[in-house]
Amino acid sequence: MSQYEPLIGAVVVLVFSGLVIFFSSKKFRTKFPPVFRKLTAAIKLRKAIGLAVEDGTRIHVSLGNGSLVDPANPSALAGLSTLNRIGQMASTSDLPPMCTSGSGDLQILSQDVLSGIAGDRHTLAQFDPGLARMTGVTPFSYAVGAVESMQESGISANVLMGDFGAEAGLLCDGAEKQNSYKLAGSNSIIAQSIFFALADDALIGEELYALPAYLGSQAAHQASLRVQDILRFIVILILLGAVLSRLAGWA
Amino acid sequence: MKSPLSVLVAILSGLLVLAGYFFPFPALIAIRTPMLDWAVTLAGIAGLVAIVNLIIGVHLKRLREAGPKRFFSIVVLITFLAVSVAGFYLGPTDTNFQKVVTAIQTPIETSLMALLAITLTFSSLKMLQRQRNWMGLIFFLSVILFLVINSGVLAFSAEIPALQDLLSGFHQIPAAGARGILLGIALGSLATGVRIILGSDKPYSG
Repeated sequence: MSQYEPLIGAVVVLVFSGLVIFFSSKKFRTKFPPVFRKLTAAIKLRKAIGLAVEDGTRIHVSLGNGSLVDPANPSALAGLSTLNRIGQMASTSDLPPMCTSGSGDLQILSQDVLSGIAGDRHTLAQFDPGLARMTGVTPFSYAVGAVESMQESGISANVLMGDFGAEAGLLCDGAEKQNSYKLAGSNSIIAQSIFFALADDALIGEELYALPAYLGSQAAHQASLRVQDILRFIVILILLGAVLSRLAGWA
Repeated sequence: MKSPLSVLVAILSGLLVLAGYFFPFPALIAIRTPMLDWAVTLAGIAGLVAIVNLIIGVHLKRLREAGPKRFFSIVVLITFLAVSVAGFYLGPTDTNFQKVVTAIQTPIETSLMALLAITLTFSSLKMLQRQRNWMGLIFFLSVILFLVINSGVLAFSAEIPALQDLLSGFHQIPAAGARGILLGIALGSLATGVRIILGSDKPYSG
């Protein structure tokens, strides 16, 4: 790592944070309302949530087997935001969403999110803490436990968002046997390829982190999506510039 | 409504750890290192809490319900008790204890890996039914192409420079694609982290 890398990293984080705060301001949002490209998976998920509410079925959110102390945890945190949003959208349903994870810290956080939703609905007395569960501590034991959880509670849709490995295939197969809708995304390239082949809708790359914004979360989610788009274009320009300078023999 | 104190503690902790990462001054490292140690310890305790929740909140509850899954819950509870008692009595570093646990766990996980191979093969055959679009077709053709390239069937290409260059070019394509996806993931991770540090995303209560 060169001596300038930490400085560049700090500048990127500061600029990103500054832009998120700026784009979150009500004045800016009113003047320039956010316009995002169509994400079919988000549209289908909204439909699946509506159907689950009408049918009296449940949505299952799987956060993968990463831990909060792993560098891969932002994917699970995006999954938690999605769980929160799904819970709010399905708040008129008798059956709140359920959540499975492969680590204790994510289990506690997901239980916290679900109890928060129950609190908002004034149904905390009926809240079942077993709806958020850690189904296994190794990738395969987690997958088998999550498949077993999918089968028991009348699940009509599965949202798999987090850190998965090859065991994602078992999860998708389990959901397929239940004939339920599967929306999946992961930070892992292996899991993404499996999801692309096996899930009804796969979230590729940064789409995973954009899903909460597409489900209509807070202004900060939408603002961060705008900043993400801006930074992506900057990265593309830098890459193209590097290629051209190499071709021209400058570097 | 979240407690402002818990939000403040979360934001300050995040900022201190991040600052210690970017600017490794001794004062910041002296704060950052124990905080990260606490996080690891808390994650371990959270694991214990989650196991207790699984045993009491799910499997013990299932014992009271009639159904085919009750038998599996009984197996889980007996196994859990046996492993816990043996683990506490012998200690987790005992070689015999480790040998017994590994001798049960490894074959089960290996069998699941074998099951996964069959599942993936079968499901990939059905992929074109699900992904009836040009992306699905490209994905399928890419899988076939790289299966052929990596199978060693084209080993003779080492003697044909033009074909060797072509195959070498093909090998670069997945790396380029993966880099593109990883850049997107990095930006998404940054966005998620910034939202939490700014306190607009709060996956905790207080």
